[in-house]
Amino acid sequence: MYQFEYHKASSVDDALKKLGGAEDGKILAGGMTLLPTMKQRLAAPSDLIDLAGIADLKGIKVDGKTVTIGAMTTHWEVHSSKEVQKAIPALSDLAGLIGDPMVRHRGTIGGSLANSDPSADYPAAVMGLGATIKTNKREIAADDYFKGLFETALEDGELIVAVSFPIPKRAAYQKFPQPASRYAMVGVMVAETPSGIRVGVTGAGPCAFRVPEMEKALTAKFSADSVAGITIPSDGLNADLHGSADYRAHLVTVMAKRAAATIA
Amino acid sequence: MGKVSMTVNGKAVSADVEPRTLLVEYLREHLRLTGTHVGCDTTQCGACTVHVNGQAMKSCTMLAVQAEGADVTTIEGLAKDGKLHPMQASFKEHHGLQCGFCTPGMVMAGIDIRRRHPKADEKTVRHELEGNICRCTGYHNIVKAIMNAEV
Ligand SMILES: Cc1cc2nc3c(=O)[nH]c(=O)nc-3n(C[C@H](O)[C@H](O)[C@H](O)COP(=O)(O)OP(=O)(O)OC[C@H]3O[C@@H](n4cnc5c(N)ncnc54)[C@H](O)[C@@H]3O)c2cc1C
Ligand code: FES
Ligand code: FES
Repeated sequence: MYQFEYHKASSVDDALKKLGGAEDGKILAGGMTLLPTMKQRLAAPSDLIDLAGIADLKGIKVDGKTVTIGAMTTHWEVHSSKEVQKAIPALSDLAGLIGDPMVRHRGTIGGSLANSDPSADYPAAVMGLGATIKTNKREIAADDYFKGLFETALEDGELIVAVSFPIPKRAAYQKFPQPASRYAMVGVMVAETPSGIRVGVTGAGPCAFRVPEMEKALTAKFSADSVAGITIPSDGLNADLHGSADYRAHLVTVMAKRAAATIA
Repeated sequence: MGKVSMTVNGKAVSADVEPRTLLVEYLREHLRLTGTHVGCDTTQCGACTVHVNGQAMKSCTMLAVQAEGADVTTIEGLAKDGKLHPMQASFKEHHGLQCGFCTPGMVMAGIDIRRRHPKADEKTVRHELEGNICRCTGYHNIVKAIMNAEV
């Protein structure tokens, strides 16, 4: 690992000030993506600004309509939260499928969403449940957040503070793990949200996306059969030695069918 | 260089370290606690698993400075008064090791699994061991040892 300066931020403002003052500073959350990248010398930030000491960024708040999760809340905390299990069991399930117990003990929802790995799990939840990303500057709707491969709507010097999920009437997540890494080869969140039915997909494309045709079919009739015949085009989907674009397109239908079946 | 202080196996320790010093390097090279192993560069193998404030974590993917003020337990901290920890005893009893390289991480992960799932069945243990790789592929006895430990 290359040398860098380490700073502990005491507040969001303090973190932004330290980030602004650094030559090539990076935010450090759980470090489960950033530190391996630095260990392999694929990244060499001049400064790391650690958010771990900011109490405001941690914790889960549930009211009648929404579940709001602080950016520094770990995957384990989301998975094991009784409140999340009650309000959005599919979200708790999803968090429990991320990586392994040690990764879940450190990795955070904010870090995962800032990173927007094409096969990360949370993006499917944000997209499928119609969540809102809250930053130090603004609120970004899920539909406007994911922009491309490792690319989001976040600007330089913009910090994720929390993510807010409207409580759905029903929702389910189904993941087909990539056999080696266990990241999502394809993961699909199907949800009946207060603003209608949504289908959020991760793993298949450069970033999370919705499948409007499936949403329409499920709105007409909520059953696994409604999506069984709908295939998405494989143009532009991810392809690697674990699965071709066609295979991934096919998996989207299979995972959507399974997700719909569990809550139909 | 910056000063870092924490509790390791019940003892207060502190040292001057570079920010890039990993927790595992601090444990192995500064404190000479070489039971914690490094088996990969990608946070996948779990050989480096220790407990930080009671939770299993991969010490190869944590900076020593991130553990400032924390309570860390390594494999060396488990045996008490010359008596093996029940998880260690169970690994011995069920032949949960071959070359022994992955064993410290497996034992630390095993304790954490039973802490969260006191009655873990085989399926749960296998799923929970996803982050620990045994190159001797001796999973069968490792799973048996974790399930049957009298913790
Ligand atoms: C072995 C292993 C297996 C994994 N398996 C999975 C899996 O199956 N599914 C899955 O989804 N993920 C998986 N992950 C990734 C894991 O979920 C990470 O925790 C996550 O991607 C990054 O979160 P972090 O909190 O560790 O962020 P970091 O690594 O600390 O940061 C990641 C990036 O986000 C930026 N950042 C962090 N927080 C913020 C913020 N609040 N605002 C703005 N920018 C921020 C950082 O600067 C950095 O660029 C795995 C990781 C490992 C090591
Ligand atoms: S050495 Fe830490 S996970 Fe492999
Ligand atoms: S016993 Fe040899 S690596 Fe597991």
